[in-house]
Parts: sequence; structure tokens; C-alpha cells
Amino acid sequence: IMKLKLPNPGLEDRILSHQQLDKVEEEEAGDRPKWDNKAQYMLTCVGFCVGLGNVWRFPYLCQSHGGGAFMIPFLILLVLEGIPLLHLEFAIGQRLRRGSLGVWATIHPYLTGIGVASMCVSLTISLYYNTIIAWILWYLFNSFQETLPWSQCPMNANLTGIISECERSSPVDYFWYRETLNTTPSIEEDGGLQWWMLLCHVCAWSFLYICIIRGIETTGKAVYVTSTLPYVVLTVFLIRGLTLKGSFNGVKFLFTPDLSELAKPTTWLDAGAQVFYSFSLAFGGLISFSSYNSVHNNCEQDAVIISIINGFTSVYAATVIYTIIGFRATERFDNCLSGNIVALLNAFELAESDITDSSYDQVVQRLNETYPDVIQGLDLKTCNLDTFLSEGVEGTGLAFIVFTEAITKMPISPLWAVLFFIMLFCLGLSSMFGNIEGIIVPLQDLKVFPKTWPKEATTAVTCLICCAVGLIFLQGSGNYWLSLFDTYGGSIPLLVVAFCEMVSVVYIYGIDRFNDDIKFMIGHKPNFFWQATWRVISPLIMLFILVFYIITKVSEKLLYKAWDPESEKFPTLVEKTYPVWIYVIIFVLAGIPCIAIPFIAVWKCVKHSSESINLFFFTFQNIQINL
Amino acid sequence: MLGKIFFLLCLSSAWAEDLCSKAVPPEAYYVRLSIKTALGDKAYVWNDNEMFLFQATLAFAMRSQFSGQEYNVSNIVVCDETPRVSFWFVVTSLEDPSRLVSRGDVEQAVRKSRNRINSAFLLTDQTLEFIGITPTLAAPVAPNTPPWLIVFGVVMGAVFAGILVLLVLPLIQKKRKKNQPMEDEDSDEETQVKTAENGPERSGVYNMSFSDDDKFTQM
Repeated sequence: IMKLKLPNPGLEDRILSHQQLDKVEEEEAGDRPKWDNKAQYMLTCVGFCVGLGNVWRFPYLCQSHGGGAFMIPFLILLVLEGIPLLHLEFAIGQRLRRGSLGVWATIHPYLTGIGVASMCVSLTISLYYNTIIAWILWYLFNSFQETLPWSQCPMNANLTGIISECERSSPVDYFWYRETLNTTPSIEEDGGLQWWMLLCHVCAWSFLYICIIRGIETTGKAVYVTSTLPYVVLTVFLIRGLTLKGSFNGVKFLFTPDLSELAKPTTWLDAGAQVFYSFSLAFGGLISFSSYNSVHNNCEQDAVIISIINGFTSVYAATVIYTIIGFRATERFDNCLSGNIVALLNAFELAESDITDSSYDQVVQRLNETYPDVIQGLDLKTCNLDTFLSEGVEGTGLAFIVFTEAITKMPISPLWAVLFFIMLFCLGLSSMFGNIEGIIVPLQDLKVFPKTWPKEATTAVTCLICCAVGLIFLQGSGNYWLSLFDTYGGSIPLLVVAFCEMVSVVYIYGIDRFNDDIKFMIGHKPNFFWQATWRVISPLIMLFILVFYIITKVSEKLLYKAWDPESEKFPTLVEKTYPVWIYVIIFVLAGIPCIAIPFIAVWKCVKHSSESINLFFFTFQNIQINL
Repeated sequence: MLGKIFFLLCLSSAWAEDLCSKAVPPEAYYVRLSIKTALGDKAYVWNDNEMFLFQATLAFAMRSQFSGQEYNVSNIVVCDETPRVSFWFVVTSLEDPSRLVSRGDVEQAVRKSRNRINSAFLLTDQTLEFIGITPTLAAPVAPNTPPWLIVFGVVMGAVFAGILVLLVLPLIQKKRKKNQPMEDEDSDEETQVKTAENGPERSGVYNMSFSDDDKFTQM
């Protein structure tokens, strides 16, 4: 099974031979765009891989799966799954010099479905990812004020007090759920378009358009800023964070290893999924980007370097985030404790110096023995630092609620807010470049746009259509739609596509031919590590992750968390079940890209056989006529 | 004269002690100071002098509210002082020391001069609490145009300008090229020389089987 190669006649006719490649390279006769220099290519790939997930998904996974211990499955799977897949995509793109759809169609026309599935997934993700960028822009625009709008509750209509929804939750929650999203209590109520979000949405798409207006010609210039600025901001935040009180609590909490977590399969599953999504594999964008390289570019070295950078960025970002989270948690803990102390002082009329932070526990115990009913009546809150440290810190909750709250407590808050949101904006935008590449190039390969149209027009039409469809996420219920798309549109299809990619290259294109290609391109045959991972280890890991993912997703109830001011549990999010018609949407999101692969293969097969049958009858008729 | 004043003082202090030993009257206001919370290391010690200042500021507040009525320190009766630094007080009326000024009047006076009272003790509304008199919330400053709209306008303007420039620039460059035929002829000669040099190398014919048009029909 190692050396299995499926029959693939006609492959030689579809691809350029090594000599032809060299010739095209020398004479620069190809009409493909090219990178201005290696740095642009590396920065674009790094920007595509390093995205919002490194900042708001990895730190949460790390902390919830045993801190430092999570590094072990993460690094193991990075080496066994991430790097081989990355090298494979780079090499195949550089060799066949086509976008993702072109590559699979070239390997075998029946495999066009893989390219179509990639394109569908890139499309789904682009739609909602840019809405997240719109939210980031909204917060960025609102950061240019002396008092940040999410630091205090607004007054109600008759100026007698603060708005009840805000009073019951918190200013940051209120700003996020009400003033930004204006969220409805359930997904069925759409709540209409929010005009301020529409403006930010249009701004986000316009910004993206200006960066991709001429493909990599303009993207290549934009990445000098969008890929490097996040690192600068992270470093600034690290320095600022380490000087705040309580930051070391956060970092300690993050990295304290809990080796018992390694025994749980969910840890390994989450690590594998994180490595996979973090590398933006199976989107088609990386294949496209590497196809603009010169034929003898060292793709092996690139793959290793980018993987190392990606892994390092995840850990670095996690450290920075947790210094700030440690600060916030310590601040909350101190406030909780002082609140309790004040309540005790007031109830027992003690002098202020009688109870300090350190003597609090003893005093409470002593008072509880003598006046237990008074203590009960006071309803003291339990203040636990670890609880504060592990409060819902992933995804949009981390960026827009937890981190923004922490920023309001730092001196010169507007500066930190602006820096933070510019960093998120750059991270998101550079990932969008790859997503859009994964849509536009297949569309060009499918000849959807007329050949006479200039590049500016094709990118404009794509952006306009995506902008229009993205209006779903600007409604009151937009946040629920977004998490639906995120959970189902961006997970299972990618895993399926990645698995098919590996199988196609190794067994349909042929691992021998692939090895020869790499020898031709970089000068030496890939060593045993690559052979083992490409042929056996990585496909097996992908299969495991895919199967377990499907099992967990299918077996769990379809629930979503809603912000409902009328519910009793408010301000905690309420879990609600999706309405029945959501299943159709989920099928469209997750099922159609996966089904496209076999469906298009069968369709092409039928078309081919009907054509050969036609050809046969045509020649038969000719023979008959000649007779 | 001296005798009368002495008599009145004794009477009022006796009356004050009387008041304190009775139950808390409905006109009383409960006061709580949190000096250490507010000032930390710079906290001053609460003693009789500070209490005197409190009575004086309250008398000042009553005077500012009810102009003409000359309230004095003796009119502010303070009782039940605790180590927490909390106590309750009442204001006796000017005409009849046995009558107390109503809660409403005291509240009005305190609200009017709240800022001055706070400043006298270097405290805030939260650290010098009059239980029952809620601090008036500051009206939020609402700018006419929301600031975010201004930033948005600037950014969008820049982006649109950029898009226009990027779209229009190549058209202008094309026009310039058309208007300069002389330079074109010179560059033609150069390319001719170049092709002559590259001539022998271009002798092969390469099979463009890798052609976009035939991609899907070739099976």
C-alpha cells in the first residue's frame, strides 16, 4: 500500500516536463504573476497562516487543556501533520504552477471536485471572516476617544440612572451585545440591518479590495505592513503587560502543566484541529501563492520556516494575552475582596485598618463563629483568582469583552485599545488575502469571468458579491449566523479536502513522480521523514481527526448560546436549540463541499464515457461510410 | 451676658447628650467615612478636631441653603461615633433647640454643598456617604457627531482615494506611452539587438500542451 499508485493515463500531457519548466523560467514567457522578492512571498504566507486563531483560540486551548502540557500534543502534531501538509501544498503548487482548482484538475480531471470544494470553503469563510474584521474596525473607530465607550454604562432616557441591561451585566458586555451587535434573543428574530455595522462592513471590504485590486502585485506590498505590525504590537503589549500587577499570575496559570490532560483524547483532537486550522491548509490559497514562485525555490525550507514561525507566534501571543488576562483577573479579585471587606466593615462598624487583604479569611471565620446570621445576611461573594483567570476567554469573547475590559483598567487606555485593534485588523486582513486568493483563482480557472475583463474588475465583482451576501451577518441575529458558519462551514469540509489532497498527490499523482519533481526543484530527494509522513502518518492522523470530529459533532445536540435580557440566567448566555430549518443550512455549509468531490468525479466520468461513446459511434459511422 | 451664654451652652450640650441617648430620630442622617480607602497612606486620623470640621461644614451648608438663618456648630448634633468612622447627626432648628430640622431641608442643604463638604475632607461621594442622599450622577458629555463616525469618514476617504488612484494611474501611464513615439523607436532598436543575441537559443519549439484552452477537454 506504500507504493500503491492508481492508474493515471494522460498525466504527462497535462503537465509541463522539467525541461519545459526550465525554459519557461529562463525566458519568462509564462503569463503568471510573480513575486517581487522572496520576502513578499514569505510574509504573505506567514500572514495567511498567522491569524486571529493564534491570538484568541490557541491561548484558550492551552489554558483549558493543562497549560504547558498542551504544548506536547501541539508540537508533536505540528511536526507530524502541519509541516508535511504544508510542504506538500507548497511543492505541488510550485511544480504544477496552477491555482488550487487547476492543480487538481491537472493531476486528474475527475479530481476537479477537490478544487471546487476548496473554493466553496474559502468562500464560506471569507464571508464571515470579513464581518469579524468589520467588528474590529468598529471597535477601532470607537477607540479614538478619551473615555472609551465600553468603560461606563450609558444613562437611561430620563437620566435617572443607568440602563438596566447594562447595570445587570457590565459595560463591556453591554457595548458588545447591544451597541455593537444589537443582538436579538434568538436566531429566528433577525432584528434588521444595523446601519453602523453596515458602514464598517463596507469599509472592511473596501480595504480588502484596495489591497487585492491587482492580485499579488498589490497584496505583496500590503503584507509588508499587515504581517509585521502584529509582532511589533505584541511586543509592546508584552512589555506593558509584564509591568502590570498580576501579570505573572496569568502566565503561570497558562503554562502550569497538568500532565493528566494528555490522557484525554479530546486534548489530542483539539491540538490536531488547531494545528490544521492554524496552518490554513486546504483553502487553496497556499497552493496559489507558491505557484507564483520560481521553479527552483526551496519549498522544503519555506515549509519548515513558516511552521516554526506559526508555532512560535501561537506561544508568544498566548503569553502576551495571558499577562493581560492575569492583570484583569487580579484586578477583579482585588475588587471582589475589597467589596467583601467594605461590607464587613460597614456591618460590624469596625475601623478600616482592622481587616486587610491578608487577614480577611481569619476575620471572616472569627465573625462567622460569633455572628453567623449577620454573615449570611451579607451574602459575601467567593473570590477565587483561578475562577477569574479561566472566565470565558476564547474567540470574540476574549477580544471584545475580556481584553477590552482589561484595557479600560490600564492607564492611557485609548492608546492600548487602538494598538490592540490595529493588530487584530492586520492579523485578520492578511488571512483574508489568502482566503480571497482561494476564491478568485478558481473562479478564473473555471472561466466564470470573461477573458477581456481586467483583474481589477474581477476582484471588484467578487468583493461586491461577497459584501452583499455578508449582509446576513449584519442583522441582529448576525452573531448566531456567524458562529453557525464558523462551526460547520469551516471545519469538516476542510478536513475532507485535506485528506483528499494527500491521497491525490501521493497515490494518484504518484509519490515517485512527486519525489522526482522535488529533486528537480530543490536539488535533493525528500528524506525518509517526508516519505513516512506523506504516505502513512499524516493521512492517518487526518482520518482520525475527521472521524472523531464527525462523531462528536453528530452526537452532540445542536445548541447555541444566546444573549437574552429576559431570561433568568441573565447575564450568563442562555443555551437554545436551533430551529429545524437550520439543518438545511448546515447541510449546505458542510455537506455540499464534501459531496462536490465525489459528485463532480462521477459527473466527469459520465461525461467522458458519453463522449467516448459518441466518438466511438462517430468513427463507426465514418468506417461504415467509407465502406 | 456671659452667664446667659454659659447657661445656653450647658443647656444645649445637655440637650445634645439627651438626644444621643434616645433612639435615632426620623430626621437623622447616617454618615460613613472611608478615609483609608480614599487616601491610602496619606489618610489622616479621625479625631475631635475633624468632627468639629464636619459640624462646621454642615453648618455652612445649612447657611448657604437657607440664607439669613445663621446656623452654628452647636446646631449640628452628632451621635454614636464608631471606630469605623460612622455616626448619625441631626440639625436642631435655630428658634427652638428641641425641634429638629426636617430631613428634606437637610437633604437639600447637603446636596447643594456636597462638593464643598467632600473637598473639606479630601473625599468623594463614594467615600463620604450620607446614607439616604444618593449622589447626583454626572450628565454624560455627548458630542454632536459620534467620534467614530469622524474616524470612519477619514479612513473611508483615504481608501476610496487610494482605489481611484490605483485604477486611474495605469490609464494615465498608457496615455503617456502613446504620446511618446520617439522613445518607442529607440527602445525598438534595443530589443532588436537583444533578439539577435538570443536568436540561437530560441531554436527549440516547445510543446505548449500546458494550455489553458484545452485543459478541460483533454481527458
